[in-house]
Amino acid sequence: MTVRVLFFAYLRERVGIREARIDVPDEACVADAWRALTARYDRLPAEAPRFAVNQVYVDKGHPLHENDELALIPPVSGGI
Amino acid sequence: MPNSFYRVTETPIDTTLLLAAVGDPAAGGTTLFVGTTRDENEGRVVERLEYEAYEAMAVREMQRIGDDIARRWPVVAVAMVHRVGVVPVGEASVAVAVSAAHREEAFVACRYGIDTLKATVPIWKKEYYRGGEHWVGPCYAHDASLRG
Repeated sequence: MTVRVLFFAYLRERVGIREARIDVPDEACVADAWRALTARYDRLPAEAPRFAVNQVYVDKGHPLHENDELALIPPVSGGI
Repeated sequence: MPNSFYRVTETPIDTTLLLAAVGDPAAGGTTLFVGTTRDENEGRVVERLEYEAYEAMAVREMQRIGDDIARRWPVVAVAMVHRVGVVPVGEASVAVAVSAAHREEAFVACRYGIDTLKATVPIWKKEYYRGGEHWVGPCYAHDASLRG
């Protein structure tokens, strides 16, 4: 299945793109997608960021579905 | 909650809009917190700040915080706005307003609102200072490969 991936802030700058599509096996979870991403983009850091699926924070075991929006969320620093 | 107002904006924050959004005949007290960019951070002379948001999720997360506030305290209304893009020194980057029947709840809930926003809302700050730039956050200073 295909998952849409969003990169923000310093991860966006490191990888050089805002968005990508990756293919992962059916039944894949967020951790599987992260492994596929680190294999494809060698400038991603070894340490995983936080993740959101369809705009809600999830843990690494969260199951993925076709066309899910997976966002890599580096440490947030909004406010002042 | 009858009134709520959550926005990400590229234009200067108009605090009168937040105050109007939380205005209600049931409200006896309103607190407004406004965060403005400073000209100094950890010894560096800051020239400007730039904010990036995952906008759709940022608005949802603000809504979640507002709903959480309404469960914890008897507030009347909550409003949150965060600015994105370049924010010159001295201008507001964020504002939170809470109205309640009494001031105690309005103060406590507003404090909780800005603290939780800073911890969970997907917005990132890049600091441009004299001699460089960097993303603000706990881990970046230790990531030496970032400078490569």
